[in-house]
Amino acid sequence: MTLDVLYFAWLRERIGAPSERIETGAATVADLVAELSARGGPHAEAFANLAAVRVALDQELADFTAPLAGVREVAFFPPMTGG
Amino acid sequence: MAVRVQREDFDLGAELAALRAGRSDIGALVSFTGLVRGAAGGAAIAAMELEHYPGMTERALAAIEAEARARWPLQASLIIHRYGALTPGEQIMMVATASPHRQAAFEAAEFLMDYLKSRAPFWKKEATPEGGRWVDARDTDEAALARWARPGA
Repeated sequence: MTLDVLYFAWLRERIGAPSERIETGAATVADLVAELSARGGPHAEAFANLAAVRVALDQELADFTAPLAGVREVAFFPPMTGG
Repeated sequence: MAVRVQREDFDLGAELAALRAGRSDIGALVSFTGLVRGAAGGAAIAAMELEHYPGMTERALAAIEAEARARWPLQASLIIHRYGALTPGEQIMMVATASPHRQAAFEAAEFLMDYLKSRAPFWKKEATPEGGRWVDARDTDEAALARWARPGA
């Protein structure tokens, strides 16, 4: 499936791009993270500490165990600091 | 009942006036305004950059506002949140809530603030003399949500 993967805040800076379009067979968010981390370099660095990373699927907060079936857009970002 | 995400500043007085214009049923109008501080964690802050997730931001704020309206008898509500480059003393965001009596308006305003701090996709980066640093979420922000948990929910 084709996924748009978005990065925000320090994840965007570390990875060096705000988004990328990827082809993946990952079944869950955790599978996708493993796939991205396996590239090494900035991706491995960005996902080194998952406790500091949040994920949204099609603009709704989700868990790392969530399935990716039917999802178009995955976003990774640090805990939010609005207000 | 409105959510606005914008780069531009806003006029708090004008927004509150518009919220109650032509109405005589509102008994309590509460507002909160968040401002950029000139120092944090012992470091001077020259500027702040607010990043957000266009699309999700509006959806998250609308969902938080809808939840507040489901819990309290609100007659009007407004959330304005800015993004982009801000300097100390500038307004970052505001919430306003209106109800017949003050308790609902106060509580709903606090609820909106607690939720949007850790559930709306905004990230603050401060420019300090040592360079830029992303503001960390605080454990107290997450803990603040616990008091709004509903039994059995």
